Amino acid sequence: MKIIINNKKIEAKKGQTILEVAQKNKIDIPSLCFHSDLDIKSNCRLCVVEIKGKDGLHTACSTMIEQGMKIITESKKIHKARKINLELIFAQHCEECNDCIWNFNCQLLKLAKKYNVEITRFTDRKKGYPVHQFGPSLIFDSSKCIDCRNCIDVCQKQGVGFLEIKERGHLFQVIPSQDKNKDCIYCGQCITHCPVGAFEAVGEFEDVEKPLQDKSKTVIFQFAPAIKTSIGEEFNLPHGSIVTEQLVAGIKKLGVDKVFDVSVAADFATVEEAKELIERLETNKNLPMFTSCCPSWVKFVEFYYPEFIPHLTSVRSPQIILGGLIKTFWAEKENIDPEKITVVSVMPCVAKKYEIQREELNMDGLKPVDYVLTTRELAYLFTKHKIDLKNITPKKPDNPLGVPSGAGVIYGASGGVMESALRTAYEKITGQNLKKLEFQQVRGMDGIKKATVEFHPVKCEAIFAKQKLFHRVKGLLIKTAVVNGIGNAKKILEELKENPKAYDFVEVMACFGGCIGGGGQPVPTDSKIRKQRAKSLYQIDAGKKIRSAHENPVIKKVYENFLNSKKKIHSICHTKHLNI
Amino acid sequence: MKNNDIITKLKKSNLLGKGGANFPTSLKWEMVKNAEAEKKYIVCNGSEGEPNVFKDGFILENYPEEVIEGIKIALATINNSSAYIYLRKDYYEKYKNKLEELIGNLPITLFKKTGHYIAGEETSILEAIEGKRPEPRIKPPFPPQSGLWNYPTLINNVETFYYVSKINKDEYQNTRFYSINGAVKNEGVYELPENYSISQILKETNNWPDFSFFVQAGGGAIGEILLPNELKQQVGGSGAIIIFNRQKTNPFALMKKWTDFLLQGNCDKCVPCREGIFRLAEIIKREINNPNKHSLDKFFKAHKQTLQDLFFVLEQTSFCALGKCAVVPFRSLIKKLK
Repeated sequence: MKIIINNKKIEAKKGQTILEVAQKNKIDIPSLCFHSDLDIKSNCRLCVVEIKGKDGLHTACSTMIEQGMKIITESKKIHKARKINLELIFAQHCEECNDCIWNFNCQLLKLAKKYNVEITRFTDRKKGYPVHQFGPSLIFDSSKCIDCRNCIDVCQKQGVGFLEIKERGHLFQVIPSQDKNKDCIYCGQCITHCPVGAFEAVGEFEDVEKPLQDKSKTVIFQFAPAIKTSIGEEFNLPHGSIVTEQLVAGIKKLGVDKVFDVSVAADFATVEEAKELIERLETNKNLPMFTSCCPSWVKFVEFYYPEFIPHLTSVRSPQIILGGLIKTFWAEKENIDPEKITVVSVMPCVAKKYEIQREELNMDGLKPVDYVLTTRELAYLFTKHKIDLKNITPKKPDNPLGVPSGAGVIYGASGGVMESALRTAYEKITGQNLKKLEFQQVRGMDGIKKATVEFHPVKCEAIFAKQKLFHRVKGLLIKTAVVNGIGNAKKILEELKENPKAYDFVEVMACFGGCIGGGGQPVPTDSKIRKQRAKSLYQIDAGKKIRSAHENPVIKKVYENFLNSKKKIHSICHTKHLNI
Repeated sequence: MKNNDIITKLKKSNLLGKGGANFPTSLKWEMVKNAEAEKKYIVCNGSEGEPNVFKDGFILENYPEEVIEGIKIALATINNSSAYIYLRKDYYEKYKNKLEELIGNLPITLFKKTGHYIAGEETSILEAIEGKRPEPRIKPPFPPQSGLWNYPTLINNVETFYYVSKINKDEYQNTRFYSINGAVKNEGVYELPENYSISQILKETNNWPDFSFFVQAGGGAIGEILLPNELKQQVGGSGAIIIFNRQKTNPFALMKKWTDFLLQGNCDKCVPCREGIFRLAEIIKREINNPNKHSLDKFFKAHKQTLQDLFFVLEQTSFCALGKCAVVPFRSLIKKLK
């Protein structure tokens, strides 16, 4: 289809909206309530354009292109409409620009400049609107809300529906549900889908200095794999830029003593999960096994589907394992009192703030992790300390907990945990080296990915006998499902209620695309950006010599010298899940 | 009865939808009839929600048989269809028994309106019946293409179904129902030729005022303000004519009545309607509470830029017709009475 935008001929596809075509062709049309993850609502009315031959203004987000359509995206009339609607939007939004996740990248302010908006033309009508806190993870300041309802839609899409519209007098308010059967799972997708920063993590940004303040402590930072390919965005680097060593250098500049890589702990988690999977396959108990490194998913199961709790692997999440190792293995090695260590995790996630408060994770009363900062919070801290990741001499993470396998890195993308576990489980089950390490079937951005993987030959006779009888195949078939976006997990759980044997191993990450799309990640986040971040993680993996968790020499050494009893392994690497 | 007969008859009659949008009824019927789908829905809209409009209630009270007959004809014309009658809360309570008796075994379900005025807009009705918050959908697709639960859906007003039954019996005489009220002697609903002008209607019903007056034509919230010398035109919208005594009417109180209604009656989905009406109401309320009373003219001059800007975004950028039309009464009142 040929259309004309601003006198420029453009080739487009039937079924596309004007906004889609414009965005593809780098023609700027403001669109606050539009998010590529969500259905079109067309309620902010900023994307209005003129169409030749059609009266009035038309919203680009909801208007399908037609052959030969002539569209104007900037005119006096359009300018006026956008200016006034922006003034009305500003009158809903109590500004707190000094403490906002959009920081220096606020769309509202950019538009205010472009359209000569008088931002205080009308009085703030939401002054005094309530601030809601959801657990230890999220803050929703409803006096900043512009009623676009992205948060409600994304919460609905997540299958949670905790955010609701409440009719108050003649207007509505977005509020957390009062229904006792609903609870927030802290995925934080409301944060990354809110165009105006009405949602933020607890402590963002007022508490970012806290972990550094107690000078009597040895401060250790550990960062999640998904940070490596996302935090660069906060310093205007292209989406998906790999900045692992710049990140380490930045943290060091803050005066932090050691910087470790959570991907190393992901390797421990992989080894433990592979062991547990084999155990469960052998005993045929609590199958399918569910991953448990996503605290939102764990809470989702505990709260909404408690009957599935036994399916969650008992393996702790990587940040908790690494925190545990730092305060035991590393503290012992360095001869430091673990009480005098502060462990700070940098996570793409706000649910991790909740996870570290779970008391059952404590080791003799000691918390494995003391603070969680989101990707955004660390970037803010950097900026505050005038640290620019674009201009910094890279540094390697510290030893020994700084060198992961490739498997540990891909944990940050949906399918990564599954792929890592399969790489290790394959070699444990077959006793052979995996020729092709990539499991393409579990990669990518589809919300549900299903794959049956054949392991052949089978070393573990017990599993083999059972499976052979059942499947009549030579090898062992492992049926896997990989889910991202927790709304999709509901579908798998419902399927399992009908057919409990549908899968052997299920990976779930609450956020779209996995942790690279997490609620603690830089804004904006959308499907294109997530793809870039994930692609770079796989690129890091592909470039590694050691790509399977169990082959990581660090892991081998720690198992040999420290994690050499069941009791120790259990206290550092395993947990139990609760009926809440 | 052959299926096509009624559509041919509707075409010949030039019947236009009586819900306010004047869409040719035959065209809607044809679209739904010809749409390919395993099932289809019919909705009779009895949500009548604009102030001073009460002709659908009048029809339900006096001619329920004809309304049901009209729906029955639609059920027979559109294959695999079932119907809803969507009723304003008080109409539902009042006419439930009578309608159920007339419905008998027909596949017609009564549905009590949820929400306020906007819940009577056709796509909001679909949302309401589907159990969602009543607010307008993005169009296209239009209900005849994709309506209730994405099936082709025919939505007609109570009065339209009444006239379908009349047309079917060849008794249609190009009339419509007018709700006449306000400062009149003979308030009520009148069935008169649809090509009558407002002045003709007022005279014929013996309602022509003998005092200085103005009219709001269409409906009591978004109808246009007309002066006595402008009454040679026909009534648009929902066919209401409201008479105001010019000396006794406080224009600010009248505007407040409209903003009160619109604040409650809109869905608050889109920025210009939610925020625009809110700001309009704010300005008018402030004026009413102002101890130094202004004339309409002074008021307009004092708020000219804001009023014009709000009218502009309401009219140009509102999501649905409610926001777009909401400016009509204010603009016409300010222009004509100042």
